[in-house]
Amino acid sequence: MARISAGVTTSHVPAIGAALDNGKADQPYWQKVFSGYEFAKRWIAEQRPDVVLLVYNDHASAFSLDIVPTFAIGCAERFQPADEGWGPRPVPVVEGHPELASHIAQSVIQQDFDLTIVHRMDVDHGLTVPLSLMFGQPAAWPVRVIPIAVNVVLYPPPSGRRCFALGQALRRAVESFDADLNVQVWGTGGMSHQLQGPRAGLINREWDNRWLDRLITDPEALAAMPHIEYVREAGSEGIELVMWLIMRGALDPRVRVLHRFYHVPASNTAVGHLILENEP
Amino acid sequence: MSLERPYLDVPGTTIFDADQARRGYHLNQFCLSLMKSANRERFRADERAYLADWPITEAQRNAVLDRDYNRMIALGGNIYFLAKLFSTDGQSFQHVAALMTGMSQEAYAAMMLAGGRSPDGNRYVGEKK
Repeated sequence: MARISAGVTTSHVPAIGAALDNGKADQPYWQKVFSGYEFAKRWIAEQRPDVVLLVYNDHASAFSLDIVPTFAIGCAERFQPADEGWGPRPVPVVEGHPELASHIAQSVIQQDFDLTIVHRMDVDHGLTVPLSLMFGQPAAWPVRVIPIAVNVVLYPPPSGRRCFALGQALRRAVESFDADLNVQVWGTGGMSHQLQGPRAGLINREWDNRWLDRLITDPEALAAMPHIEYVREAGSEGIELVMWLIMRGALDPRVRVLHRFYHVPASNTAVGHLILENEP
Repeated sequence: MSLERPYLDVPGTTIFDADQARRGYHLNQFCLSLMKSANRERFRADERAYLADWPITEAQRNAVLDRDYNRMIALGGNIYFLAKLFSTDGQSFQHVAALMTGMSQEAYAAMMLAGGRSPDGNRYVGEKK
C-alpha cells in the first residue's frame, strides 16, 4: 500500500530560482534564505520519497485565461519547465507518475472533487522552485512528481475548507493505491506578500507566524478563515496559503514539527517552510 | 444578486475577479504571447506593430507602451500575466513592484530588507496610520 509519510510547505518565489540559476546562491542576501533549507536537504536525502504530490499554482504559464481550472492534476509522464518570458529555467524535466496520478484522479472524483485532468502542461516556478529548494541542482530530480495545480490567480480561489477536505481525499486516494510507495505532499506558495499596486511589499510577520502555529495545531479551524482575511492581512498574493491546507489535510490531526523556518524577505515575499510528520 | 466583493476597501489593491478578467482578457492574452522567444523578438523590434494584432483598447495599448503597470491592472491586467511583459524587458518582480508603489527600487528594496510594508494603516481605505 502507498502511504503519505510527511508534509512539506515552502514558498516558491521566482527570484529564488533565478538566484540559483544565475550562481547568486552564495550572496549573503540569498544565503539567509537557503540556510533555512539545509535541514530539509539532509532530511529528504534520508527519506528518499518515491513520489511528491506537489500542490502549487500555475502563474499564467500553463493555463491562459481561456481555461482556468480550480483544481487540476497532472497525469502526464513528464512536464517541461515553462518559458515564463525569459526562457525556461535550466532545471531537469519533471518526471510524473501517470499510474498513481490517474488512480488519484479517479478516487478523488469519486469522493466528490471534480479535478481537471491534464495530460500536457508545462510547469513554472511555482513547481520547480520548491524542487530546487529541497534538492538543490541535481542532473535529474530524484523523485517523481504529480503536479496538483490550484487556481489562486482568478478570484475566488477555492475556500480553505475545500482545500483541507481535498487533502483528506488525496490521502484516502494514496492509501488505496496498490503499490508500496513512499509519498510526500508539499504545499507551496505564500507567505504574506503583495506583488501589485501601491500596497506592494506588504509583509505581516506576526500574522504569518500565528497562521503557522494554527496550521500545525488547529488546521481544521484555520481552514474556515475567509479569503478577505488573507487579502487584508497577508496581501493579495498571500491568498496562496490556502494551498498549504491541502498538504495539512493529507496528514493526521496531530503532527510533529521536524523543521520550521521563517524569513523576510525573498524579493517581495515572506518565506515560510515547515516539515511535518504524523505522530508515530 | 450581484457578486459579493468584500475586497473593494483594501487600499492600493485590485483583486483580479471575474469582472477584471473579462475586461482584461485580450490584454492578458497578449502578455502570454510573449512566452515564445520569436514573439518576444517581434515585439521588441516594433511594439506598436505587434500590439496592432491584438484587439485591446487604446487605453490598454497606451498603458503597455508606457509600461504603466498600475494602469494596466486597473484596465484588467493581472500581475502574473503582466510578468511576461516585464520579463521580456528583463525586469524582476521587485523592480516592477517598486514602480507600482512610486518608490525608487533602492528605497523599496531597503523597505523589504527592513521587514516589508507594515499592515498597520494599510488594511482599510481611509484607515489612520
